[in-house]
Amino acid sequence: MPAKNTTTVPAPEAAPRRRHVLDLDDFSAAEIAEVLETTASMKEVLGRSIKQVPALRGKNVVNMFFEDSTRTRISFELAARSLSANVVSMSAKGSSVEKGESLMDTMRTLQALGADVIVMRHSEAGAPYFLAQHFHGSILNAGDGRHAHPTQGLLDLFTIQERFGRIEGLKVVIVGDILHSRVARSDLWGLTKMGAQVTLCAPPTLLGPTAFWLATWPDVTITSNLDEAIAGADVVMTLRLQKERQQAGLLPSLREYNRLFAITPERMAKAAPEAIVMHPGPMNEGVEIMPEVAVSSQSVIETQVTNGVAVRMALLYRLAGE
Amino acid sequence: MNEKQILSVDDIRRAITRIGHEIAERNEGVRNVVLVGIRRRGVPLAQRIAATLLDFEGVKVPVGTLDITLYRDDLALRGPAPVVHSTSIPLDITGRVVVLVDDVLYTGRTVRAALDALSDLGRPERTQLAVLVDRGHRELPIRADFVGKNVPTSSEERIETKLQEIDHVDDGVFIVR
Repeated sequence: MPAKNTTTVPAPEAAPRRRHVLDLDDFSAAEIAEVLETTASMKEVLGRSIKQVPALRGKNVVNMFFEDSTRTRISFELAARSLSANVVSMSAKGSSVEKGESLMDTMRTLQALGADVIVMRHSEAGAPYFLAQHFHGSILNAGDGRHAHPTQGLLDLFTIQERFGRIEGLKVVIVGDILHSRVARSDLWGLTKMGAQVTLCAPPTLLGPTAFWLATWPDVTITSNLDEAIAGADVVMTLRLQKERQQAGLLPSLREYNRLFAITPERMAKAAPEAIVMHPGPMNEGVEIMPEVAVSSQSVIETQVTNGVAVRMALLYRLAGE
Repeated sequence: MNEKQILSVDDIRRAITRIGHEIAERNEGVRNVVLVGIRRRGVPLAQRIAATLLDFEGVKVPVGTLDITLYRDDLALRGPAPVVHSTSIPLDITGRVVVLVDDVLYTGRTVRAALDALSDLGRPERTQLAVLVDRGHRELPIRADFVGKNVPTSSEERIETKLQEIDHVDDGVFIVR
């Protein structure tokens, strides 16, 4: 028995193995750093002539996409295949979901078929959380409603760290339809945890109540003036403007949006000299970003896509040991 | 815990020099040789062998680093959240003589994983294995070509290698019971 007045310092414990990846809100900065380190190694694998390692041999990964997304689905498929997992992809269209089967029933069927990891994209926020309560394996959120997109958040962090060698202290501006963006939310968790200074820049109709953002991320700066926000920024991250927002009356016109919020060469000139431009894709060139910026040497948009595969490999690898 | 030193700083230095000579002799020089250290302690050992070869052969032998985490067959049995470290081989290993270097040879599973990893990186003309300590208890048909010291152990014992570059203490190999 320990003597009186002695403090027992517990030995540092390794982080418990993670079962699900639903958002970045429950990641510590240390775990994010670990994922980014593993991502760098996965990127090395993707640069080889044989882009495959046997780490997940014999594991079944099911891509369950209830919302169309060719790019993300292919990225997840390539990631799982590069780790030698068996991969199948299903979409709601043409499946039993159209015949009225519930999400729960679909999950149970996939479980009975031997799925180890379900990668899930859903238009409703919270759908992956619901499955995570019942599924015996791991759930990886590939985007749910306007709530979270953790793999996009991590690939953005990786891309920034790769370019600058750090994230802490960098000035990051997120521009565009922040109100409806799951990418912005996951990026906010990741960037603030890693010590970046984040500015949100959007027209008030595409931002929503300022109090909401400040309640969750008290250190972010909020503005509707892009020229001010971009001054001295290291990272300019623009979001896709969904054109239906104009039909919904949230924008007077796309031309006005373009004039006030598009990333143009003139605006980029106000950013830091080494600044980079990011976009989660798909882009509306000429709306939120001008074509000459999208293909400039400052653009890391294609690198983001490449890094997406490596990040997804890192997460699948982390989950699949269960 | 009972700890017994089996190799001292000088023993390790001599073993490395001898392994270097044996590599040069076996391969009739080292012009075609690439040393690949298995992370973690195989890497500084490979670098030390390369330094020895530069000394007495006058050839700068390239040294690579191999992380075998993604090739292990015991992912589910291992600790939480394994971090994968980098693999970096400075040149195409196809047609070269690759000497894998590790500190301890035990079950052979690490070496098997390393051989798998190498075969994804190229097709060496030959692959050889150099280890500082061979402690027996093989679970696979693998043997080392160059051995610093054979140490018969019981499976209850553990071999602990300390190297300046990684552990920041004097070099030494210990049996821990």
